[in-house]
Amino acid sequence: MSETDIIAEFVDVHRHYRMGENIVRALDGVSMQVRRGDYLTIMGRSGSGKSTMLNLLGCLDRPTSGEYRVGGRDVSQLSDDELSDVRGHEIGFIFQSFNLIPQLTVLENLEVPLFYQGRVGQESRRKAEYLADRVGLGQRLEHKPLELSGGQQQRVAIARALMNDPLFLLADEATGNLDSSTEGEILDLFDDLRPEGITIVMVTHNPTVAKRADRTLWLKDGEVEKILENHSPHAAANDATEGLA
Amino acid sequence: MIRDTWRIVRLGLKSLMLHKLRSALTTAGILFGVASVIAMLAVGEGAKQEALERFQDMGVTNLIARSKKPAETASSNAQSTWSALAYGLLYSEADLIEASIPSAKIARVREAKRPMMRGENFHTSIIVGTEPSFLEITNMKVREGRWLSDLDDLRLANVCVLGETLARLLFPLDNPMDQTVLISGDDRYRVVGILGEQGRTAGAGSTPYDECLFVPLHTHQRRFGDVNTTRSGGSFSRERVELAEVKVKMPTSGDVAAGAQVIRDLLSTSIKDKGDVLVTVPLELLKQEEESKRMFNIVLAVIASISLLVGGIGIMNVMLATVTERTREIGIRRALGAKKKHIVQQFLAEAGVLSALGGIVGVILGIVLPFLITLWFEQETIILPQHVMLAFGISAAVGIAFGLYPAWRAANMDPVDALRHE
Repeated sequence: MSETDIIAEFVDVHRHYRMGENIVRALDGVSMQVRRGDYLTIMGRSGSGKSTMLNLLGCLDRPTSGEYRVGGRDVSQLSDDELSDVRGHEIGFIFQSFNLIPQLTVLENLEVPLFYQGRVGQESRRKAEYLADRVGLGQRLEHKPLELSGGQQQRVAIARALMNDPLFLLADEATGNLDSSTEGEILDLFDDLRPEGITIVMVTHNPTVAKRADRTLWLKDGEVEKILENHSPHAAANDATEGLA
Repeated sequence: MIRDTWRIVRLGLKSLMLHKLRSALTTAGILFGVASVIAMLAVGEGAKQEALERFQDMGVTNLIARSKKPAETASSNAQSTWSALAYGLLYSEADLIEASIPSAKIARVREAKRPMMRGENFHTSIIVGTEPSFLEITNMKVREGRWLSDLDDLRLANVCVLGETLARLLFPLDNPMDQTVLISGDDRYRVVGILGEQGRTAGAGSTPYDECLFVPLHTHQRRFGDVNTTRSGGSFSRERVELAEVKVKMPTSGDVAAGAQVIRDLLSTSIKDKGDVLVTVPLELLKQEEESKRMFNIVLAVIASISLLVGGIGIMNVMLATVTERTREIGIRRALGAKKKHIVQQFLAEAGVLSALGGIVGVILGIVLPFLITLWFEQETIILPQHVMLAFGISAAVGIAFGLYPAWRAANMDPVDALRHE
């Protein structure tokens, strides 16, 4: 297992907020690694630092101190524009409330990430069609998001997250707005995608969801409490995570 | 590049279509601003053109000295009933003017109001006695026959030239040429020419030249004399006026000011100073008119700018509301890799599309409006292409200018907060 397999890495990351006179230590010295093909869930109670960690992982925020490496490159001191580039090229976001843009069709929603890289055209269209097919919505390209069910919207969102061939998918409570059977379908979709070498980092508070992952990182008061290996049948697909934590 | 721009513009259109009524109302501000700019400029330009034509009729190289009855004074009231009130230009003054400005052409003009008859057709109008140079100085054209000649004047011939309207009044059915007109019941004049229609305000006093009858200067002097008796309310008033008007044509418009000075000096110092001659300089009037039109145009432009400004504020208001409403979308786009400049582009394009739509409809309305103004108010209007482009350009600029702040606000939202926004 080579060093290049580490695609995202926290090295003693702190994130402090100033709240009036007080300093809130939302993250207080977190170190962790995500390897290629990993399926990692991040769990913790409210206030444990899950959201802060998600924002940092997604390059939406910068750590107060410490290093965050994406694909081997330290992004903790990058400018706003550079962070936009990292998000656009390396990260595929999946949100709890799907976050499709309502006035755009499915196809147009899928093309958004490539649009900001100036890659809109035949290529992006073919790719969108392929990925829409892949998530089972090949016939809905011209529909508006609100014409789709929640599960279908989340499928579109997953396809959108894959459009830019990201280093990893970053999911925020991806099944939080879905009923349990749809939740199962979405989690099955993640499992389907994994053999293609897709890495998933998911923030959740739902143990059923966490069980489907290879590993679960527990946060408590801004620190890593523990990292647990799961040995569910779904986690067997990849052995790259063996021996971590 | 072009495809990307088109994409951004189409995206803007799509977002605007989400709130059709709101977008339409916002657009209306710009629309009326642009329409009023174009309409006002068209009216201003039309009025300018009208004034220009009017003064060109009077002749921009011309000077006109006209006799004016002085205001009543104690001495004039004290006159006996039978002595005539003498005022106005004298033959000697006209000669002096002619001698002082050798480069100018001058035409002496006498006027008398008399009844004229032709068969059963009767009309009272001004009989103008003048010299052959009159035609050239006033830039009038003879439609039929000929103009008065020096020979007519020398022979004191009883010949006349009719103004267009007068010709129709006296000869409604037949050709007036070589027919005779009876003036004051006993004087017969043979018609030698008919003037083309002037359709102008210029004329003898308040009577347009179209309604006048023209005879040789000295014929006029001999037949009608210098003393004019009018009877009103049982009392007579007698006035002695030698010349009603002297028209002077300077060689170029550059000589006009000097010529005017010479004439004013002559009339005020050398002969008499009674304020009974009014010197009119069309060129000066034209310049005054242009000056006042310029002020008028500035006022119009300010009013139109204010309406565009109000339109712009409307756009800003709506764009700020849009940005707040779509905070979540901004967060999503930022998460998917949009840089600040992309967000700025998107919202600027939206504001630009909004104002450009208003601009386009405004241009159409602005082109239609002047036609209606011309139709209803008989005010000449002229739409210049550069004015249309100016108005449209201003509307686009307003959209961009007032879209900048909302776009800047959108771009500088914290992506984390934007994503969390409900």
